[in-house]
Amino acid sequence: MQQDRIRNFSIIAHIDHGKSTLADRILELTETVSGREMRAQVLDSMELERERGITIKAQAVRVPWKGQQLNLIDTPGHVDFTYEVSRSLQACEGAVLVVDAAQGVEAQTVANAYLAIENNLELLPVVNKIDLPQADPDRAARELAELIGGDPSDVLRISAKTGEGVAEVLDAIVERIPPPAGNRDAPPRALIFDSSYDQYRGVVAFVRVVDGAFRTRERLQAMAQGTRFEAEELGFFSPTMRASDTLEAGEVGYVITGLKDVGRLRVGDTLTSVAGPAAGPLPGYKDVKPMVFAGLFPTESDHYPDLRDALEKLKLNDAALVYEPETSQALGFGFRCGFLGLLHMEIVRERLEREFDLDLLVTAPNVAYRVLTKDGEEVEVHNPAEMPPEIERVEEPYIRASIIIPKEYVGPVMELATERRGRFDHMEYLSEDRVVLLYELPLAEVVVDFYDQLKSRTRGYASFDYDIVGFREGDLVRLDVLIAGDPVDALSLILHRDSAYGRGRALVDKLREEIPRQLFDVPVQAAIGSRVIARETIKAKRKDVLAKCYGGDITRKRKLLEKQKAGKRRMKQVGAVEVPQEAFLAVLNLDGKS
Amino acid sequence: MQGVGHLYVHLPFCSHRCGYCDFVTVVGRHGQHLRYVDALLTELELGRHVLAEPLETLFLGGGTPTFTERAALERLLRTLPPADELTVEANPETVTSDLARMLREAGVNRVSLGVQTFQPRLLDVLDRVAGPDDVRHAFYHLRDAGFDNITLDLIYGIPGQSSADLEADIDEALELGPEHLSCYELEAKPGTRFTHAHGGELIRQAELMEGYFEAVVERLTAAGYRWYETANFCRSGAGAGGRDLRSRHNLAYWLGRDYLGIGIGAVSTVGGRRWRNSPRLPAYLEALAGGRAPDRELELLDADTRGRERVMLGLRLDEPFALNGEERLLDAAALARLADLGLVERHEDELSLTRRGRLLGGGVTAELLA
Repeated sequence: MQQDRIRNFSIIAHIDHGKSTLADRILELTETVSGREMRAQVLDSMELERERGITIKAQAVRVPWKGQQLNLIDTPGHVDFTYEVSRSLQACEGAVLVVDAAQGVEAQTVANAYLAIENNLELLPVVNKIDLPQADPDRAARELAELIGGDPSDVLRISAKTGEGVAEVLDAIVERIPPPAGNRDAPPRALIFDSSYDQYRGVVAFVRVVDGAFRTRERLQAMAQGTRFEAEELGFFSPTMRASDTLEAGEVGYVITGLKDVGRLRVGDTLTSVAGPAAGPLPGYKDVKPMVFAGLFPTESDHYPDLRDALEKLKLNDAALVYEPETSQALGFGFRCGFLGLLHMEIVRERLEREFDLDLLVTAPNVAYRVLTKDGEEVEVHNPAEMPPEIERVEEPYIRASIIIPKEYVGPVMELATERRGRFDHMEYLSEDRVVLLYELPLAEVVVDFYDQLKSRTRGYASFDYDIVGFREGDLVRLDVLIAGDPVDALSLILHRDSAYGRGRALVDKLREEIPRQLFDVPVQAAIGSRVIARETIKAKRKDVLAKCYGGDITRKRKLLEKQKAGKRRMKQVGAVEVPQEAFLAVLNLDGKS
Repeated sequence: MQGVGHLYVHLPFCSHRCGYCDFVTVVGRHGQHLRYVDALLTELELGRHVLAEPLETLFLGGGTPTFTERAALERLLRTLPPADELTVEANPETVTSDLARMLREAGVNRVSLGVQTFQPRLLDVLDRVAGPDDVRHAFYHLRDAGFDNITLDLIYGIPGQSSADLEADIDEALELGPEHLSCYELEAKPGTRFTHAHGGELIRQAELMEGYFEAVVERLTAAGYRWYETANFCRSGAGAGGRDLRSRHNLAYWLGRDYLGIGIGAVSTVGGRRWRNSPRLPAYLEALAGGRAPDRELELLDADTRGRERVMLGLRLDEPFALNGEERLLDAAALARLADLGLVERHEDELSLTRRGRLLGGGVTAELLA
């Protein structure tokens, strides 16, 4: 296909603003999917995605429109997948920016619009859901025009649900979005903007061909990672897989690689041919590193092998997930897992519980820290229990957060951001009554409970998005919890010195409530290094006997003791103290709420 | 097999049921007392071949044995085999001078008086009929009839009982100078009428009452009583006049000896088998009228179970517990931990709980058992 008859575009939108419905309608209108085949939200393949209303893995669908080839590249909808979103956008020349006519511009709209602008995309603003009774298309159009610097009259008004205005969107894509402009005669280069794993065919790469052409059975190479493989099959989605002998400059499609590990073919890398390689890769490849870490432990210790198998399977399809075995004295055998962000963590956890039927205990999440030790060594710490004792300097990741709220909540949100060590950047009015607040915040302050707090202080009206802006030094300390003098690894935290006292106090109080009284006094302490900052004592029981025991009571009494004994076996032993698993759960749940 | 030297006879009849009571009891049924005694004697005959006569101990418990119709009770006492120690449980309001004399003449040499508390307000809470004066009168009648081994049952942890109430109960009990005292913490069983009425109050008082057990031990030992079992105290030394005033019948349980129990709900343990008679009176009467044993629930005790029971019961006593080399019964790590905490002491084959260890005996035993 001639490049001037190709248009590559994405649809970007805040959650629930109608991205998937618009995609469905486009497939229907272009007769890519017959009415009979039509399922709501065809592009979202996983059960979980459909339920959460979000899209985890990008896919691309080729649709014909008035003699043109349109490639719709679906993007993940959430902050954790910013890098994937930006790769998907890089595969396009334009993007349809969808805003709900009732909701207006939201935080993800802003973040995604900025990403699109950074990638030099032509933006096509669309106000969706104009059929809703509470729709205010004029306001939404004004906000959109304000955001991307255009004229409200250029904003298309549609209802993806009823199909009204969708054909005009397709026409506008052809008219306003430029065609690809690669060099057909240059050595082949294609951007890998996503990949997935198929248990029979191995890794499937989703690519946008930039220059030259690729052929089936050709030996290919990923330029950054150096991975080589044979292209077992090339093709495109329409909407199911259709094999094709070639993929040419400007086109979007898939490559079946036969590779057995998604980790060997990273999103953002450039494919070229081994025989006639390109001189250099496409710009912008980044090795995405996990920023949020948590320990995952099976609640029943004999389910550890099941958890290991489940993580292995998830990892096949999720290159961003990292994990390594972790042994906690309190929680037993488990894994320390790294995630791109909180949503990623939540998705992994839910998939483990739902698809693999595991009961998990998840420790409080923490971020990655860069630590310079006293002897000048630089280490990255993913687990508070591993924080070296002698520290010269600690750096923590910072984010740039955009928070969109009705203006009456500016006060409470600023207060929250300040509590969380936020640094105010600036504030902008999106419309008369809605503002966007930009803050720089330590990621650590956001991973626990920030979103819930934000929602509760704004009656649910706030929307929030962020991206990582780098590492900065912080006055951070490691807080340990000791039960009867023994540190409990699972409860160690790294936090800002100023919040250490409050958190230490809350932890100690909660543990005193949760740990049953023992046969001896049990001191519970929170300490920074050797300095105890909070202390409580669980007083020893003063009596523990069954008063009466005669001939008729012996069996009952014995059974009671046996039950008591069995109960003890389910407890976690911390030194001489038996702590019920529920106590750890309660404390882990408390995190961030102090 | 050596003959069984301990017989328990259950007399379930009561004038009314006290709210906190969870024994097998039957209210009233005057017409059936004689029939029941006949049934008991038939059951005795069925099991008599295992008994070693004369018995070491015979214990008539209830119910309220002394509520049983006179003719029936007398017939029972005169027909049962003789025993070195013959204890009868009695409620104070049933003890007249006449009854005391009859018991004495029938060979009873130990009486267990169900006092529970001397505070009228608390007696009401427990649904007890006798007042404090009834207790004193009963006690004097027993002494007058020549009883020189009387034990009083006290209950602590009664809803609304202050520590002053507890002190007063102990004072009044000591005033009477009984040979023996059993002191139990009130157990409010879930689902009972009593728990329904008083459970909330008991929870509110739990912290306050936690010290009551220790207070009881403290007071009674200070008054010269030997704390020989978790809930049992007897005069010792000079105050005992050289006698061993421990309950020999109950010691048999705690030392893991075999015993035969007859009557509804009664439990027997003989040669590794334990059985409990059905608690249903009509079925019991019918079976024995036909010369058949009543319905029984059987439990087989293997060596391990017996071993665990031996530890559990033995550690209730103040004398060191002889392991007899059965190390497998114990969790060695727990033993070391408990020894460090000063709750248990080990001397070669013998294990003793310290005073604090005994106050925490249930938890300590649960830890110690392998």
